[in-house]
Amino acid sequence: MDLVQLQRQFVDYRTSLYHEGFLDEQFTQLQELQDENNPDFVVEVVSLFFEDSERLLNELARALEQQSIDYKRIDAHVHQLKGSSSSIGAQRVQKVCIAFRNYCEEQNVEGCLNCLQQVRHEYSLVKTKLESLFQLEQQILTAGGSIPM
Amino acid sequence: MVLAESGFSSPRNDAFPAGLRVLVVDDDPTWLKILEKMLKKCSYEVTTCCLAREALNLLRERKDGYDIVISDVNMPDMDGFKLLEHVGLEMDLPVIMMSVDGETSRVMKGVQHGACDYLLKPIRMKELRNIWQHVFRKKIHEVRDIESLEGFESIQMTRSGYDLFDDGHFLSGDDTTSGRKRKDADNKHDDRELSDPSSTKKARVVWTVDLHQKFVKAVNQIGFDKVGPKKILDLMNVPWLTRENVASHLQKYRLYLSRLQKESDIKNSFIGMKHSDLPSKDSTASFGPHKAMNMIPDDVPNSTYSFSASNSQAQNVDLKGQGDLKGITSAPMAEPKGALSVDIRDSHEAKSTQMSFDHSLGSVDSAVSFASFNSTTPLQYPWTEIPEIQFKQECESLHLENGFSQLPLPGPSMIENEANRSRIEVKPLLDDCRSNFVEHLGPVGAEDLFPIQSKSQSLNNQVFDLISATKSSMKTQDVGLNYLADSEFALRNLNASCVGVPLATLSEDLQICRLQGDCYPMNYGLQDLECSTYDNPALMAETPFHLYDVLRFDHEHLFDPAEYYAIDQGLFA
Repeated sequence: MDLVQLQRQFVDYRTSLYHEGFLDEQFTQLQELQDENNPDFVVEVVSLFFEDSERLLNELARALEQQSIDYKRIDAHVHQLKGSSSSIGAQRVQKVCIAFRNYCEEQNVEGCLNCLQQVRHEYSLVKTKLESLFQLEQQILTAGGSIPM
Repeated sequence: MVLAESGFSSPRNDAFPAGLRVLVVDDDPTWLKILEKMLKKCSYEVTTCCLAREALNLLRERKDGYDIVISDVNMPDMDGFKLLEHVGLEMDLPVIMMSVDGETSRVMKGVQHGACDYLLKPIRMKELRNIWQHVFRKKIHEVRDIESLEGFESIQMTRSGYDLFDDGHFLSGDDTTSGRKRKDADNKHDDRELSDPSSTKKARVVWTVDLHQKFVKAVNQIGFDKVGPKKILDLMNVPWLTRENVASHLQKYRLYLSRLQKESDIKNSFIGMKHSDLPSKDSTASFGPHKAMNMIPDDVPNSTYSFSASNSQAQNVDLKGQGDLKGITSAPMAEPKGALSVDIRDSHEAKSTQMSFDHSLGSVDSAVSFASFNSTTPLQYPWTEIPEIQFKQECESLHLENGFSQLPLPGPSMIENEANRSRIEVKPLLDDCRSNFVEHLGPVGAEDLFPIQSKSQSLNNQVFDLISATKSSMKTQDVGLNYLADSEFALRNLNASCVGVPLATLSEDLQICRLQGDCYPMNYGLQDLECSTYDNPALMAETPFHLYDVLRFDHEHLFDPAEYYAIDQGLFA
C-alpha cells in the first residue's frame, strides 16, 4: 500500500472509531497536545490507560468474587475506571461504567457481574482498535509520511 | 503584569500568568500525565503527584512554592475534600477540584469546603488556561481583607479613642478598646490571617489583632503625620518584625485611611442626594437630614436644629442610640412597645439613605454623627419629655471593648413592636454609630428614652433620620471625617454581620442594647445639631458607637460586645 493509501486508510479508520463511539473528542484533544516535544504523547497516554484499566478490571473481578461483596470498594474502582476512560475518550467504556455504578448502588450483584463482563468487552474492543490505529500510524511514519490530522 | 500589592513578587511576575506554579494531585496516572501536558502548554510550571499526602508534604516543604493546587476529589489515601481543607487552612492557596463525577451535591461539597472551582473530567485545555484568575483573585481579596480588617479595627479604635481626637488624628487611643474587644470577640478574626501580601516572599507576617493594635498605638504615639516604618517598628518592640513588614502594613493602613476619607466624602454628597429622594413613609418618618424637617412631628420645632431634617431624625435616633448607656439601658428597654416604634418599614428607606454605608444603616450613621455633636440647645423633640440630651464628650466612651454600648436607641426604634417590623439592618449601622457617638452621648436617663417612646411612631424613622442627619451634619462639618469613615467602615463590617436581623426582637433588643459597661451619658444635644455650632469637632469624631449599638436590635446579639464582634468577625472570615 502506498503512502497516500495508508494515510487515507488511517483517516477513515479513525473517523469510524469516532462514529462508533469508541472514541470521543477527548481523544482529539490528546492528539492536539502531541507536539515535537512529545511526539509519542498519545501512545504514552493510551499505554498508561491500558495498564491502569487492566489493573482495575482485575481488582473488580476479585472484589466480585468475594463472599461478602464490598460494594463501596467496587464503586471506587469503577469510578476510577470511569475517570481513566474519560481521559483518553474511551466513550463506550465510560458509559458502561455509569451503569456499573448504578448497580453498585443498588448492591445488585447480578447487575454488577453483568457490567463487569460488558466493561471488559468494551475495554478489549477499544484496546484492539487503538492498537490498530497506532499500527497504521507507524506504518505511515515508516513510509516517510506524516500523520494526517 | 506586576502585582506588587497583591504579593506577586516572584520573578515570574513579569510574564504572569505564565510560570504559574501549579501542583496537580491525581491518583489516575493517565490524567496526571494529560494534565501535566496541558498545563505545560499553558506555560505553567507543573508539579505532579499522585497521593494527597505527598502533595501536602510538598506544599509544606515549600510554603511559597506553589500558586495553585488542582486536585482530584477521589483519591485512595485521602479524601480530596480533606486535602482541600488542609491546603486552605495551612497554606491558603486556591484549590481547584476535579472529578469525573459531576453530581451537584459533590460540586456543592467542593464549594463548601472552599474550592475555588470544580472541573469536570474530561477537562479541556481552555479550562486550564484560565485557572490563573483564581490566584489573582485571591491575592486581590487578601489585600482588601487586610484593609477591611484594618478598617474594622479602626472602627473599634475610634470608638474608644475619640477623646484623643484632634486634628487629623482620628486614631486615637484605639488599641485598648479594640484590643479588648477583639480579644474577646475575635477568634475568627484572629484566625483570619492576613498576611502581608507585599511580603509574600518573606515569611508571611500575620497581622493579628494584637499586633495591629501595637502598630496603631505606635502610629498614634508618633503622630500619624510623622510616622515612618522605623519609628513604628521601634515603638512596637516586636523583635521578629521587620521594617519591611511594618512598611507594607503602614502602606496598607494609609490606603485604608484614605479610602475612609474618600468614602466619607462620598457619603456626604450621597447623603444629600439620598435624603432628598427619600419619601417619608409617614409624616414623621423622614429619613435623612433633608427630610427631617418634614418628618419631624409637628410639635417638634425645627428651629433648634441646624440640620432641621436631620435633627428631627437625630432626635429619634439619638435617643435611641445615645451614648448614655446607663440611662438608656433602663429606659429603652422599659418601653419597647409603642415607645419608639420605629417604623421599620422606614428602615428600608433608611437604607436608601444610606449614607455611605453599604447597608441601609446609613441613616443610622447620620444619627450617630449627630450624637457626637455637642448640642447645647435643647431640641424640641416630639417626645419632649426627654430632657435635653446633651452630647457629652465621653472620652472614655468607646470602651467598646465590651462591645457596643447598646444604645437603646436602636432598641426603641427598632422595636418595631407590632406592626412594622421591618428588617432593620440598622444593626450594623448602629454599631458604627455607636462607636462614633458613644463618647458624645450625654447621660440620657431612662426617662429620656421614654419620651421618645411616646413619640414612638414618629420615631420610627426618626432614628434613621437622626442617624443620617448626624452623619450628614458631621460631614458638613467635615469633622471627623475619618471618624465617620471608620464608623462607616465598621458599620459596613458590622452590617455584614447584621444583615437580615429582624426587628421583631427589638423590644428585647432594647434590653440588649444596654451597654455593657459602657455607659456613656448621652447628651443628645440635638439642639446643637447645628452644624455650625459644633464646639468641639473632635467630639464629632467620637461618635459614640453606642448609638450603633443601640440600633443593634438584634437581640440575638446579646450584648456582649465581644460576641458581637465575634459574630462580625465570623462574617468576615
